[in-house]
Amino acid sequence: MSSGTHHHEHADTLAWRVRQATGVKLAHCYQCGKCAAGCPVATEMDTTSCQVLRLLQYGLPEYDERVLRSESIWLCLACETCSTRCPQEVEIPKVMDFVRGEALRLNLVHPRGKDILAFHRAFLDSIEYTGRLYEMGLVADYKVRSRHFLKDVLLAPKMYVKGKLGLLPHLIRNRRGMKQLFKHTIGKG
Amino acid sequence: MRIGYYPGCSLLGSSREFDESARTVLEALDVELVEVPDWNCCGASSAHILNHELSLALPARILALAEQAGLTEVLAPCAACSNRLLSAQQHLEQHRELWAGVQEAIGLPYKGTVKVVNILEVLDRLKEHIAVKTTAPFTKKVASYYGCLLVRPPRIVNFDRPEDPQSMDRLLQAVGAIPVEWPFKTECCGAAFSVTRTDLVARLSGKLVQDAVKRGADAIVVACPMCHSNLDLRRAEINEHLQEEYTIPAMFITQVVGLALGLDPKALGLHRHMVPVEFAETAGALS
Amino acid sequence: MSRIGVFTCHCGENIGATVDCAKVAEMCRAIPGVVHSVDYKYMCSDPGQRMMQEAIREHQLDGVVVAACSPRMHEPTFRRAVSGAGINPYMCEMANLREHCSWVHEKGEATTNKAADLIRVLVEKVKHNEPLHPIKVPVTRTAMVIGGGVGGIQVALDIANGGHKVVLVEKSPSIGGHMSQLSETFPTLDCSQCILTPRMVEAAQHPNITLMTYSEVEKVDGFIGNFKVTVRKKARKLDEKLCTGCGLCIQKCPNKKISDEFNEGLGTRTAIYVPFPQAVPNKPVIDMKNCTFYKTGKCKVCEKMCPTGAIRFEQEDELVTLDIGAIVLATGFKLMKTDAFPEYGYGKHKDIIDGMQFERLASASGPTSGVMKRPSDGKEPKTVVFIACSGSRDRAKGVPYCSKICCMYTAKHAMLYKHKVHSGKAYVFYMDIRAAGKDYDEFVRRAIEEDEVKYIRGRVSRIYEEDGKLIVMGADTLMGGEPVVIKADMVVLATAVQSNDRSEELAQTLHVSYDSYGFFAEAHPKLRPVETNTAGIFLAGACQAPRDIPETVAQASGAAAKVVGLFSNEELTREPIVAVVNRQAAPVYSTCTGCFLCQGACPYQAIEQEEIKARDGQILMTLARINPGLCQGCGTCVATCRTKAIDLQGFSNEQLYAELMTL
Repeated sequence: MSSGTHHHEHADTLAWRVRQATGVKLAHCYQCGKCAAGCPVATEMDTTSCQVLRLLQYGLPEYDERVLRSESIWLCLACETCSTRCPQEVEIPKVMDFVRGEALRLNLVHPRGKDILAFHRAFLDSIEYTGRLYEMGLVADYKVRSRHFLKDVLLAPKMYVKGKLGLLPHLIRNRRGMKQLFKHTIGKG
Repeated sequence: MRIGYYPGCSLLGSSREFDESARTVLEALDVELVEVPDWNCCGASSAHILNHELSLALPARILALAEQAGLTEVLAPCAACSNRLLSAQQHLEQHRELWAGVQEAIGLPYKGTVKVVNILEVLDRLKEHIAVKTTAPFTKKVASYYGCLLVRPPRIVNFDRPEDPQSMDRLLQAVGAIPVEWPFKTECCGAAFSVTRTDLVARLSGKLVQDAVKRGADAIVVACPMCHSNLDLRRAEINEHLQEEYTIPAMFITQVVGLALGLDPKALGLHRHMVPVEFAETAGALS
Repeated sequence: MSRIGVFTCHCGENIGATVDCAKVAEMCRAIPGVVHSVDYKYMCSDPGQRMMQEAIREHQLDGVVVAACSPRMHEPTFRRAVSGAGINPYMCEMANLREHCSWVHEKGEATTNKAADLIRVLVEKVKHNEPLHPIKVPVTRTAMVIGGGVGGIQVALDIANGGHKVVLVEKSPSIGGHMSQLSETFPTLDCSQCILTPRMVEAAQHPNITLMTYSEVEKVDGFIGNFKVTVRKKARKLDEKLCTGCGLCIQKCPNKKISDEFNEGLGTRTAIYVPFPQAVPNKPVIDMKNCTFYKTGKCKVCEKMCPTGAIRFEQEDELVTLDIGAIVLATGFKLMKTDAFPEYGYGKHKDIIDGMQFERLASASGPTSGVMKRPSDGKEPKTVVFIACSGSRDRAKGVPYCSKICCMYTAKHAMLYKHKVHSGKAYVFYMDIRAAGKDYDEFVRRAIEEDEVKYIRGRVSRIYEEDGKLIVMGADTLMGGEPVVIKADMVVLATAVQSNDRSEELAQTLHVSYDSYGFFAEAHPKLRPVETNTAGIFLAGACQAPRDIPETVAQASGAAAKVVGLFSNEELTREPIVAVVNRQAAPVYSTCTGCFLCQGACPYQAIEQEEIKARDGQILMTLARINPGLCQGCGTCVATCRTKAIDLQGFSNEQLYAELMTL
């Protein structure tokens, strides 16, 4: 019987759910800060990656909520620099992915994260219906969701002239299959 | 050589020139590309950011379609696509218990037998062919920009080395280019924030553009449509941020190789860039 | 007919709380052959032992079973006790009622019955016990110390001062090791060579110590007290008796641009060289790989110049076999190099150096004479960043352990830098400060409080070069992980301490255990830190684990004490639990068929070949013979022998079958 087997964390903590869903053991993080040191957007974040893990390590509801409500989790570029350099091999991007999903599920998305969320939702909506990204559709959908109606308004014609902006969506044949795929995954709620 | 081909969504639209140049170059090197039939979007960042199962199912469907078409290898030129495909494949490999659910979601059998390769790997295989067919060496100083997803995370992509990679540099040297020594080969360009946080892209990509110019590069060479988009499409924002006009072009590796092979610049999509590629006329077929 | 006594111990509450000892004692009285059975609270205590001895005499017992704790704990105690009452110690066995019974079961009838069963089994064994006598093995009272660093020197001096002969083998041309490369040592900031060289000279001049420098151990045969060690004396290309150490050859050697190992690649040396001016012995060596003569056939300037004609280009390596009684390993460590760090440039930046390279820069006898000059352009570095934990405590790099000395030497380096460049800025990126020794924490505080070294708690993600400066991208976790970017002129990485090159090879030559990092394994991490599991081979210093100089010296003296203890008798006594290949009278001689499968199976090289000769000298057969000096009693050969010709004293086949049949 190993010394670790008779410990069990409280099921309600975000750290425990992270462990269950991703296999990442947050106790491995010894707070060296190398992730934050190499993170391209660390200076933009309210809570650096290092701090996010620290807050989660406590397993306290108020710290968990601070993480879920933070803007940082939405600013993460998923560039994998942190995980590549982490001396303890902690897969931080996986933690970020999971925490984002939870923030979305629990409706705790940071106000400035809402635009970023809107973009990703618009992206997924587009491919759910056509199978492949319809860039015009994506931008239109994003504008409606985010209300940034004038964004890139000058860029679009330039792109069109260069043949880079398709006016019509690319439709795959098996669009029904795509709907099914979405229903069986993100649609499960 | 015959290989499966997965263009991905950006190669159909905003990075059309990557598709054009890849096809043109590979055809010139006698490679037959078999497009994965009825392929769907891999989900890019959006899927894995919002839903884990979706981020597995979308790539799984692509790989299942490739299997059905009898393909053993698939080239995914877009770095994000290849990264997502490899990531999903590896995760499924390690979690066989998920296969039943995934197969139900995608409505297809999944065997996990397809090998995913990126554009640099394929071009490296053809390097002797390229050497023989190079008629107009691309004798310019270049900054090889790999971006994040080609080389990270190492345990998934298992390609080149995550710090100071060399594969693209070697390829460029092989076609006569002079890669400059620069430290930002794998610094993030701003990724998926092109639309939602253009300010971040301007800052991050701006740093790349500025440093490439400082190190004496004539062009930044990329192998990822998102990187290209941030460095090219968003140049106006970069220039605004840096308060200076930077005219250094961002070129796809396939375009550089294409020029060295003496192929028509138009066929390589060089006219589609926001930042003009001036030496497209002087280098390549017309020189 | 056996007269066996059973003594059941309560061991306080350890056994007594779970097993009904009184009942057990009563049950054992009924076992045939048992004439006396009692229980007692603490059998190992003085009264307990005396009670046992009285019982032996009173009831004329010829065998004893003590049912108590583990034999690993008290077997020697009880064997001594029964020996004191006049019976052979090996007629006493222990039944483990603690680990095998009370500690693993709940209180109850079944547990008590099991205890009685355990004793019954041992009683049957004891009925088959034979009196055994300790084995005596002669001892060669010469020690060999492998490794001539401060640890090896200390061991050699202590053993030599203890009155015994020592051979000190060192693979490089001079003794001194890494300590001779250091500039100043913590926490006193003593000049390292100043405190070391007197010891080096003492070792060289001591009548009991023979130095074999530029030599390596090639083969080790034999066993404790009786090793046969083959040492390769590499050819210096010099007649040492003629060489006076005048140094003219070194001055005149035209080949001056060879990368200098002593200066960690920061300086150059000649092909004929002495590693450093204070080398002991102060006699040069010719580097065959780089010498012009060996490469092209031309030169030989040194030979022409030598006033005593000591140069010998044709000299070959010499193999010497020595009789040695004990060996001490003191082979030290090596430092991870900067090319192991992809995120810091794979070692391509000349101004990113490791700790030892910094020592050479700071050292008055180093390539810059102790002046702070950075390697790339020789300019004085105005901002230096020191990074602790580079490579250590890093699972991703395969070095999860702490290298122990870096926190201290990093503080020292920062202080030395500040002492030499008063206006310079020194930053230390650290994770923890491990300064547990005497005066150690005060030393680090001095660096921070008096020498104004700025300590930043966090690690460095990346270093790259821009405009002649090194851009260090770190973070401060005490400020929430905020990124900290420093433009440095030089960066010193406190790289991980690793086991020396080829330490695995050496361990295999000596048949000692080592761990997955190549560090030699001690016999017990707490109680036997200077011994290995191989009898007669001891350890001292960093070859066992990262450690600093005071600990190395202490451990060295400890290892020396073990050797001197070993040498205090002319003969060694060993436990007689050894395997024996049976011997009978002619014409059978033995049931051994001479297949020697046992020899291959034996992990201790304890099985020899014995020729059985007829009167006229003709060899009749070759049989296996077990060397009782080497045999550890593991029983592997017993199990392997196809004809059951081998038996293990103290655990014979008969004894074990008796135990099994009783269950």
